[in-house]
Amino acid sequence: MSRVLEKTQLSRDVFQLVLEAPEIARERRAGQFVILQADSDYSERIPLTIADADETVGSITVIFQVVGKSTLKLAQLNAGDVVENVLGPLGMPTHIEKVGTVVCVGGGIGVAPLHPIAQAMKKAGNRVIIIMGARTKELLILEDEMRAIADEFIVCTDDGSYGRKDLVTVPLKEICEKGGVDLAVAIGPAIMMKFCAETTRPFGVKTFASLNTIMVDGTGMCGGCRVTVGGKTKFVCVDGPEFDAHEVDFDNMMLRQRSYKPQEQEANHKCRLQQAVDELQEHK
Amino acid sequence: MSYIPAEKLRDEARELIEKIDFSALKPKDRLAIPMQEMPAQEPSVRAKNIQEVAIGYFEEQVRLEAERCLQCKNAPCIKGCPVAIDIPGFIKAAAEGDYQKSVNIIKNNSMLPAICGRVCPQETQCMAECTVGKSLKDMDKSVAIGRIERFVADWEREQGRMSLPEIAPATGKKVAIIGSGPAGLTAAADVRKAGHEVVLFEAFHKLGGVMIYGIPEFRLPKVILDKEIENLLSMGVTIKKNFLVGRTRKLSDLLEKDGFDAVFVGTGAGLPNFMNIEGEGLVGVSSANEFLTRANLMKAYTPDKADTPIFTGKKTAVVGGGNVAMDAARMALRVGAEEVYVIYRRTEKEMPARREEIAHAKEEGITFLFLTNPKRIIGDKDGKVTGIECLKYELGEPDDSGRRKPVEIKGSEFVLEMDSVIMALGNSSNPLISHTTPEINVNRWGNILADGDQKTSMDRVYAGGDIVLGAATVILAMGEGRKAAESINKLLAE
Repeated sequence: MSRVLEKTQLSRDVFQLVLEAPEIARERRAGQFVILQADSDYSERIPLTIADADETVGSITVIFQVVGKSTLKLAQLNAGDVVENVLGPLGMPTHIEKVGTVVCVGGGIGVAPLHPIAQAMKKAGNRVIIIMGARTKELLILEDEMRAIADEFIVCTDDGSYGRKDLVTVPLKEICEKGGVDLAVAIGPAIMMKFCAETTRPFGVKTFASLNTIMVDGTGMCGGCRVTVGGKTKFVCVDGPEFDAHEVDFDNMMLRQRSYKPQEQEANHKCRLQQAVDELQEHK
Repeated sequence: MSYIPAEKLRDEARELIEKIDFSALKPKDRLAIPMQEMPAQEPSVRAKNIQEVAIGYFEEQVRLEAERCLQCKNAPCIKGCPVAIDIPGFIKAAAEGDYQKSVNIIKNNSMLPAICGRVCPQETQCMAECTVGKSLKDMDKSVAIGRIERFVADWEREQGRMSLPEIAPATGKKVAIIGSGPAGLTAAADVRKAGHEVVLFEAFHKLGGVMIYGIPEFRLPKVILDKEIENLLSMGVTIKKNFLVGRTRKLSDLLEKDGFDAVFVGTGAGLPNFMNIEGEGLVGVSSANEFLTRANLMKAYTPDKADTPIFTGKKTAVVGGGNVAMDAARMALRVGAEEVYVIYRRTEKEMPARREEIAHAKEEGITFLFLTNPKRIIGDKDGKVTGIECLKYELGEPDDSGRRKPVEIKGSEFVLEMDSVIMALGNSSNPLISHTTPEINVNRWGNILADGDQKTSMDRVYAGGDIVLGAATVILAMGEGRKAAESINKLLAE
């Protein structure tokens, strides 16, 4: 059981929870994730990357976007409430070492898992270039935190409402063309990671992507998170979440991410209707 | 075996009891008593609900079935039991109507009798050695040991007073048990009995391991599981759920920093196997582990309450022939599939599933395709499963397992329309403990190497159950948990 210590709304659909989890805070490394479940009986288990942790307080920070019923349930929690089950840290930590120059590319909510990695890369003595992007200005998260880490910082929006009006792959290509990039890390929507991989491939820049597949247990049991990497079946929960982006079959991953789309849409629709009904009744 | 209504079984047993003089039964008379069938829900009804299929014996049936036992002096059945329960002893007590005594005898060796009575593969263990079956030249007619075990265990639970074993005075020693499946629970109980402090670590939010995520409600009701676990833990075991040893804490830290004197690893089976054929990445293909975990642990069989979705096709193929395949196939029916096919590359005779599960699956209308194996899974332009292409097989020479090896018949391809495929092909080992604890040696499949005392290559660390055996059974895991506990208790007594 984990108590919610702090809750912040970062944008319309994006929330940040600081959770009491001393054991996880102590053991976690950059790149790892947790599984959250609001209550034991009927709630879904949701994998979320650890965006930050404070070992002295014994807390971890998770950031998530409300996309359906289960994330909405989490978003409705407030400081003092409890999340019944928090399991972690899960997955392999990011391999952090001094390689020289590292480009960190974060898209949308993907900036949250990228944050601890960029932080650790910087701490290891790398020159860190950060490119972050979102559809529009108000969906950008952790801008100040990322800016504070970066040796070079670029922000893009699809609609040009803030920073450059570009997809993140455009500045990524420019940087690769200039040369001197030793490693790229891309975290965001699958389609963004796919095109980041295609952007760096011709330059031979080693690129990692952190995959967010469907998961149930997160401990190497169900196989729901399987992806094809270099022609082999890999399990994101125990072999990942990070893989060589040039080897990942992103098309199949995107396909499988949509496995439960009809059920998710129905659940989301129902629960938003219910929410609207509840709000109406409160007003009466 | 065709379905016989429960009431009919009860009435037949009642009539028979009236006719038998139990005071003067000779072996020949005992052999003449018909084996008592397990009463079950009507197939077409149960295929649409999640309640337990097997209802359990009526009292009259227990009497008759227990009287079939010849009370052999050499008790071959005990040798067939992985935990060596005094089978003639508990059956005799059941025949006498002393159910408390009967269940107490079982509990000397097994802490989970209501579970074992339901899920043990008795026909390949105790019943395979039974003199009654041998005398009748039909091992399916051996004494139904598991059904009697289940009856007395259920009887005790329903009385609401489950007996607890005695616990030795506190020793001041502390033992970590990793995993709350059958191996871990058994080890926890036996170590606790010796007076050691026990902390049970479980990664999931519920206890029971495979018994909660894998074995479905209709075969092992969770209230029974919870009750049996609750009883066991009332001996004073500390539980740490949502705790993944290897990640939340390294195993070596438990020993070096957290003051544990010994560790038992019972982390169970791991990553599901796939066939590595074309189309396994399509939408609608899942492992049985995933399908059953969604259904059981996450309760996706109650879609109006559970948030976890489950893939429900109209036509489902399950590939495999073990208990997990049977569970997945029967669960598929219950979550909405209209047609379910079990595809198995050998024949029914080689199927590792329990006889009763195969019979139940057939009664429920599941179609079995023997000597058949998938070649590829076919999908549409959206990547959804539309069919499965199979090959016919024939049996060739015996292989390493002693079973005749299935050989494909060239050119025998055929396509079945399908919208979901569940792979029930067993598991490989979970790499977590071995990756994070290099001191523990594993074999080439990643299973932990343990000696005859369940000791691993790491000092003070023992292991048992599926993480050692590969995919096995609840009772074998319990047997290993028990053996490991014995070794740990011996180590800590030094």
